[in-house]
Amino acid sequence: MKKELLKVNNLKQYFPVKGGFLGRTVNHVKAVDDISFEIYEGETLSVVGESGCGKSTTGRAILRLEEPTDGEVYFEGEDLLALNKSQMREKRKDLQVIFQDPYASLNPRHTVGQILTEAMQIQKIAPRSELRKRAIELMEIVGLNAEQIDRYPHEFSGGQRQRIGIARALSVDPKLIIADEAVSALDVSIQAQVLNLLKRLQREFNLTYLFIAHDLGVVRHISDRIIVMYLGKIVEIADKKSLFENPQHPYTKALLSAIPIPDPEKKKERIVLKGDVPSPINPPQGCRFHTRCPFATEICRTKVPELRNLDHMKEGHRAACHHIEKIHSGEMALQK
Amino acid sequence: MKEEIILDVRDLRTSFFDDEGFEIKAVDGVSFELPKGKTLGIVGESGSGKSITALSILRLIAKNGKIAGGEILFNNRDLTKLSEKDIRSIRGNDISMIFQEPMTSLNPVYTIGKQIYEALKIHQGMDKEQGKKRIIELLELVGIPSPEQRMKQYPHELSGGMRQRVMIAMALACNPKLLIADEPTTALDVTIQAQILELINSLQEELGMSVIMITHDLGVVAETCDYVAVMYGGQVVEYQEVKELFKNPKHPYTVGLLNSMPRHDVDVDELEPIKGNVPSIKNMPKGCRFAPRCPFATELCVTELPKLDRKEDGSEVRCWIYSDKWDGDPEVKVRNEERTS
Amino acid sequence: MLKFIIRRLLQLIPVLLGVTIIVFSLMHLTPGNPAHIIAGENAPPETVAQIEKRLGLDEPIPVQFYHFVKDAVMLDFGNSWRTSLPVTTELWPRFWVTFELAVYSMIFSIVVGMAAGIISAVRQYSWADVTVMLVALFGLSMPNFWLGLMLMQWFSINLGWLPPTGWGSPEQIILPVITLGTSGAAVIARMTRSSMLDVISQDYIRTARAKGLKERVITYRHALKNALIPIVTVIGLQFGGLLAGAVLTESVFAINGMGKLIVDRILARDFPVVQAGILVIAVVFVFINLLVDISYKFLNKRIDMD
Repeated sequence: MKKELLKVNNLKQYFPVKGGFLGRTVNHVKAVDDISFEIYEGETLSVVGESGCGKSTTGRAILRLEEPTDGEVYFEGEDLLALNKSQMREKRKDLQVIFQDPYASLNPRHTVGQILTEAMQIQKIAPRSELRKRAIELMEIVGLNAEQIDRYPHEFSGGQRQRIGIARALSVDPKLIIADEAVSALDVSIQAQVLNLLKRLQREFNLTYLFIAHDLGVVRHISDRIIVMYLGKIVEIADKKSLFENPQHPYTKALLSAIPIPDPEKKKERIVLKGDVPSPINPPQGCRFHTRCPFATEICRTKVPELRNLDHMKEGHRAACHHIEKIHSGEMALQK
Repeated sequence: MKEEIILDVRDLRTSFFDDEGFEIKAVDGVSFELPKGKTLGIVGESGSGKSITALSILRLIAKNGKIAGGEILFNNRDLTKLSEKDIRSIRGNDISMIFQEPMTSLNPVYTIGKQIYEALKIHQGMDKEQGKKRIIELLELVGIPSPEQRMKQYPHELSGGMRQRVMIAMALACNPKLLIADEPTTALDVTIQAQILELINSLQEELGMSVIMITHDLGVVAETCDYVAVMYGGQVVEYQEVKELFKNPKHPYTVGLLNSMPRHDVDVDELEPIKGNVPSIKNMPKGCRFAPRCPFATELCVTELPKLDRKEDGSEVRCWIYSDKWDGDPEVKVRNEERTS
Repeated sequence: MLKFIIRRLLQLIPVLLGVTIIVFSLMHLTPGNPAHIIAGENAPPETVAQIEKRLGLDEPIPVQFYHFVKDAVMLDFGNSWRTSLPVTTELWPRFWVTFELAVYSMIFSIVVGMAAGIISAVRQYSWADVTVMLVALFGLSMPNFWLGLMLMQWFSINLGWLPPTGWGSPEQIILPVITLGTSGAAVIARMTRSSMLDVISQDYIRTARAKGLKERVITYRHALKNALIPIVTVIGLQFGGLLAGAVLTESVFAINGMGKLIVDRILARDFPVVQAGILVIAVVFVFINLLVDISYKFLNKRIDMD
C-alpha cells in the first residue's frame, strides 16, 4: 500500500478584486476553487494546465506562501494550515520549492556557498563547522563544479542557476519538493539535463515531487500521476499512461491534441478549441469548460460535474465531465 | 524541377557593439534559401541568433548593431544595399513581420483599426473609407468576430490570442509576399497556439505567401515547415527538407536537440541531453561552435571552423564528419544516422 | 468621463478644507497680536480691544474659522487690515500678473523642455544629447534669483537690449519668463528624454517600424503619445513650484505680483490678504493636478474610468 505524504482537501484560494469609490472588495478571483487530491510518498504528481488555471496558486497555497481561503492540507497527517508561524517555519524544512526563474529567487549578493548554507543554518541541519563541506557535497550532487562555491549567481548560466536552486532545496533534506515551472525557462538541451537530474535525485534521496508545468512533453517524461486543471478546478486526474493514452475529459483531449508533435510524418486529428479561457472572476456556471467545449449540453451549463471513475477507466483515473459515457461510446462525436 | 527562390540569404553577418566598442557577432554566417510559397523554419535555442537573423532581413536591428556582411536577396534584390527609403517601402508591404509578444507589440494608445490603417495608408494610399472596408475584411480573415466593433477597441481590451490575430491581420494588410513570424506562439497557451498555427497555415495556402517561422519548438517546425535551418552560435549548422531533418538529422547538434526533447506522444525512459552549456556570444569557440559539447569532436573540430557544405540533394551541413578531411572514427557518420532511425 | 470628473471634484472638498485649516492655523499660531500691530506700539488697551472686536479676534478660534470658511466660499475674504480695502480688490490684479508670469513660464518650459528632450532621446549619446543634458543639469542646479540677476546684468545692463524691471510689455516679459521657466524646462527635458528612451525600446515601436513607417512618424505619433504620461505629471508638479518660484522672480524684477504681495503682507501681519493669497495658490495647484489627472485619461485609455 502506497503511503500518503500530502493530502489536500477542498482547497480554495480566492483573491479579492478591489474596486468602487472606496476600494471595497467587489468580487473575487477564484484562482483555486475547491480542489482535493493526495500525493504518495516517492511519486511525482504533476499539475498541468494553461495560464490562469490555478496550478501555481495551488503550489503556493500548500506552502502557505499565500494563505489559502479555505481547506485542509495534511502533510504526514498534520494540517499545515492549522500550524502557527513558527511551527510552519519548522515544517518548511520538509517542503521545499524550486521556482521558474532561478535568478530571481537567488540573492544576487550571496555566493553559492552562502546560499546553500543559509537554509541549513536556519534549520540547524548540520554543525556550523560542517556547513561548507556539506555545501560542496551538494554542489557535486547537482553537477556543479565545487570550485565555484565562492562565485555569485550572475556568474552562472540559466541551467546552472537552476542547479543551484535545486541544491538549495536539497540542502535541508526535504521530503517534498514543489517544482513550479522549474524547467520552463530553460532551453531544450539544458532542460533535458535538469530533468534527468531531478529524476536521479528522486531515486537517490527518495524525494516526492509536486511538479507544476504547462509543457505536457516534460510532464509525460517526469510524472507518475497527472492532474489537469482548468479555471481553478481539477478536470481530470490519472496515472500518466491512462491520461496520455486514454484521456476522458474533452479539455484534456483538446489539450493533448493541440501540442505540435516533432514528427512531420505523424498526422493526427486535432480538436481546435474556440475562443479564449474565460476570466476567473465570475467563471462560467456549471462546468467551467462548457463555453469552449464541443460537446456541451444544457446540463453542462447548470450543474457542476463531479470527478468520476467509470468501468472503462483504470483505478484512480477520474474525470469531471457529465458526458464521459456518451463520448466514450461514440454516441457523442466531433462533427467534421 | 527548379523551384523559384523568393529569398536567398548568403553568408549573413550581423554584429552589435557594446559600450566599450567590443564587437559581438550575433549572426556569423547564415545562409538559406526559401522557395516561393513554402515555409522555412529557423530553429535554435536562445542566443543562437535566429531572431537577429529575422530582424536583419527587414533591417530592423537596434541602433548599436549593423549588418557586417553577406547578401539578402529578395526577388533578386539585395536588401542590404537598399536605401532607407526603399527598405521602408518593402517593410509591411512586400515583407511583413509578426513578433513573439502579442501583449506588447501593439501600441496601447491607438485602436487596432487605426494601427492596421497606417499600413494601408502608407503603402496603398487608401483613404479612410477604403481602409475601413479592408480592415473589416482583414479582421474577418484572421477570425476575429464582430470586426466592426473590434476595430474600435484598444489592445488592452483583447486577449493575447486575439492580439496575435490582430498582428497577423496587420501583417497581411498589404498582401505580403513573405511573412516572417518570430516565435509567434511562444507566449501563448497551447490551445491558443494551435489556433494561431492553424490560422497561419491556412492563410498561407489561401494567399500563397512564403513564410519564415522562427521558433525553438521542434514540434512547431514539424507541423508548419517545409524546410528547416538549424542555428547554433550565430550560424546555420544544418539546412534540410523538414521530413529529412527529423528522419535523418546530420549535424550532431540537431541529433542532440531531437534526443533531448521530452515528447508527449511517446514514452522515453531517459533523455539524452547535450552536455555542457551554450557558449557565450562574447566568447565563441575558435573552431566548430559546437565542438566543446559535441560527443564526436576531434582536434580538427576544435581548431578549424567547418564550412556549410551543400550536398547533391540540396541539404547543407556544417560539420567535419561529412567531409573528406574527417579524422575521427569513420563509423560515426553511420552510427549517427542509426541513432534516430 | 463626466462621472470621473465629478468624483474627482468631490474629492477636492476635503483637500481644500485641509488646506484652509492649515493656512488658518499657521497664521494664528504665529506670535504677535495683529491688533497690536495695527493699533501701533503705544496704543492704549481700549483701542486694541476695540480693534480686536472689530476684526472678530475676540471670538473663539473655531468661530473665527467658521466665519472665515463661510465668507471664503462666497469669495469674500474681508478687508485688508493694512489698507482697509477689500482683499479681493487687492488680490485680483496681482493674481493675474503672477498667473501670466506662471503660464508664460510654463509654456516656455514645456516647449523648450520637450523639444530638447525629444532631440536628446532620438539622438541618444550624440553631441546634441550631451549638450542638452549638460545645459539641463546647469539649469536645474542654478537658483533662479541668481539666473535672474545674471540675465539682467547681461541683457539689460551690459547689452541694453531688454528692460531690467517691470511687467506688461513683451520686452519686459522675456527675462522673467526665462528666469522662472529654466529649471522647469530642465526637469521636463530630462523627463522627456528618459520617458522617450523607455518608449522607444518597446515592442510596439519595432512593430511600427516593421510596418514601414517613417522615423518621424514613429517618434511623434507612436512614441511621444506613450511617453507623455510621466511628462504631464512633471509638468503638473512644476506648475506648483512655479507659483513659489514666482515670489523670488517678482522680487528680482520688481514685478508687482501676488508673490511679492504675500511676502509684504506676511511681514505686516495682514492676515486676510495672506490667507486669501495662499488659499488661491492652493486652489490653483489642486485644480492643475485635477487637469493632469483628466489628461491622463485622454492619453491612456488603459486607466479605468471608475
